[in-house]
Amino acid sequence: MKRLATYREIILAAIIAVMVIGISIVAPAFGTRDTFVAVLNDTAFLFMMALAQMIVILTRGIDLSVAANLALTGMLTAMVAEHHPDLPIIVFVVLSTVIGLGLGLINGGLVAALQIPPIVVTLGTLAVFRGMIVVIGGGAQVDGANMGANFQLLPKLTVFGLSSIFWIAVLIAVACWLFLTRTRPGRGLYAVGCNPVAARYCGIDLGRQQLIAYAISGAVAGLSGYLWVARYGVAYVEIATGYELTVIAACVIGGVSIGGGVGSVAGTLLGALFIGLIVNALPVMQVSPFWQMAISGAVILLAVIINARAEARPDKLILPRARREAARVGA
Amino acid sequence: MTDLALRPSQPAAAPQPKPRYTVADRAPRRLSDFLLRWETILVILLAAVIIGNTLLSPYFLDLYNLADTTYNFSEKAIIALGMALLILVREIDLSIAAIMALAALAIGSLAAHGVAPPLLILAGLGVGLLCGAVNGLLVTRTGVPSIVITIGTMSLFRGIAQVTLGDQALTTYPDSYLALGQSYFITMPPTPLSFLIFLVLAIVFGVVLHGTAIGRQLFAIGANPVAARFAGIRVDRLRFALFTLSGLLAGLAAVLLTARIGVVRPNIALGWELDVVTMVVLGGVAISGGVGTILGVVLAVFVLGLATFGLSLMNVPGIVINVLLGLLLILSIAAPIVIRRFFGRF
Repeated sequence: MKRLATYREIILAAIIAVMVIGISIVAPAFGTRDTFVAVLNDTAFLFMMALAQMIVILTRGIDLSVAANLALTGMLTAMVAEHHPDLPIIVFVVLSTVIGLGLGLINGGLVAALQIPPIVVTLGTLAVFRGMIVVIGGGAQVDGANMGANFQLLPKLTVFGLSSIFWIAVLIAVACWLFLTRTRPGRGLYAVGCNPVAARYCGIDLGRQQLIAYAISGAVAGLSGYLWVARYGVAYVEIATGYELTVIAACVIGGVSIGGGVGSVAGTLLGALFIGLIVNALPVMQVSPFWQMAISGAVILLAVIINARAEARPDKLILPRARREAARVGA
Repeated sequence: MTDLALRPSQPAAAPQPKPRYTVADRAPRRLSDFLLRWETILVILLAAVIIGNTLLSPYFLDLYNLADTTYNFSEKAIIALGMALLILVREIDLSIAAIMALAALAIGSLAAHGVAPPLLILAGLGVGLLCGAVNGLLVTRTGVPSIVITIGTMSLFRGIAQVTLGDQALTTYPDSYLALGQSYFITMPPTPLSFLIFLVLAIVFGVVLHGTAIGRQLFAIGANPVAARFAGIRVDRLRFALFTLSGLLAGLAAVLLTARIGVVRPNIALGWELDVVTMVVLGGVAISGGVGTILGVVLAVFVLGLATFGLSLMNVPGIVINVLLGLLLILSIAAPIVIRRFFGRF
């Protein structure tokens, strides 16, 4: 039992379960199927973006430009839709992913080739991407009415009552899990995050791993940009301003170590779900939405302080299962 | 006789063998080192900004225009001095803007109850100091990276301001308090109080960092915190002090900003943390710690401030200025790396 309780994901899942039950008792309206569907649909963006951010943080990096990337790609895709409203959905999906990927590769190239600290690079590109929306679009917003029906169709599709955005997030989560646990570059991300020098001696190229991480981050942000604009039916300059910090907060609550090399798909999803629950529960409980920021701040601090010992542990794990087996045999 | 001839000559008479290595007291001074020094690059950048703007606009080199533009960056620059020291020791404080919001809230609500200006200033400084101490305690006690802690306290501090103030604004201040931020402190040359405080603090920070034992200790922590601890430096105590100082400076900035704009909303100074980090990074303080000068930060403040001023004189929209400043940040850091890589040590 003690071994079980050390798994951060299980603790987090238990806290979330207690929270859901508690909120449902206080506000019975919350404990319905509709609410859960709404929470999952609402948090879908955070699921995707947090997973992509986790991949970057695994390499000891950080991508502050994701929200700006989302806004720029969303605007560009919407402008294309404005001029060619009859294009099929798949074109918008591919187009936004490719634009996002390109923006991500700019980050990745600067980080990997020049070894400039990621926080500096993405701080710069954050300002550049966001400003390019004004430079390219002239500061005007694109309204849903001008985007055409096809463009806005995708988020309206539902399967089992859940929106297609949620299912895309599920696909990305599965892909991330397979990538991180079953492929060589995926394991390489953990390796360079744990110990870049040791990883180099193992023949893992730090620069290549960084490029992969920022490319994934950019592509997911780009795709989210299209979905975001299509869902809310408007593209403007300030879309998702400051969202990058929410995304990072989801990762931190989910147990991703800023020091690199530690983090799991399940933990990150739970971290995102946690934030999504708070955001959605406050109005139901008749608490002023102004509380949202203070609460999520307190939660982040609590989460990291509770896990402070785990964070401070000097040896990070590449192979948690092998390590646990060894510990069990040893005991 | 022959024995004697074959005997090696006396050691004293032998010519000294040439030493295989020379160990110099300091690294040789080369022109390329001086030219590639960060401060030199910044001086060139600053000169380019000033000359370019003077040629493009007749209003740039106007004493009163220049004095007024210092209002726009002095508060950020004051915080940047504290942030420079934090980044120098491998820490960061992303909560400064939220601390400002909380300090401004304290000032605004006390002013609404008719409290005298000296107490308003003390309240702002006190709240900032307290918030900084909270950051410092959390970072030193838990060992969690400061970027995580201060993202948390950023939400917490600004959240508290939001909960307290909601969608309200605090707009009543005594005239003598507003005068601090809305008139020149010295009339000739025209100098706003915030700019004067920045200059004085910059000198103090420069002397402390580059001329005292504490300054050397900060460099040691930045270069290697573990080694610094083994060398007997009180690493955690200094870290705590720096976070508290950063909070205090944020409180000071809040005092000046509130006096200047005369209104407090929960979103006051939103996003300033990234502007301040940009100033420090452009100033040549390495994010990886242990490298940086106050002179560099001061030069970067002027480069960014005057570039922004010049561009806005030419009616460039604020967000486009952000694009150019973002490019400036990336290019100015990438360029020396590229130059070193392609030309080697010339």
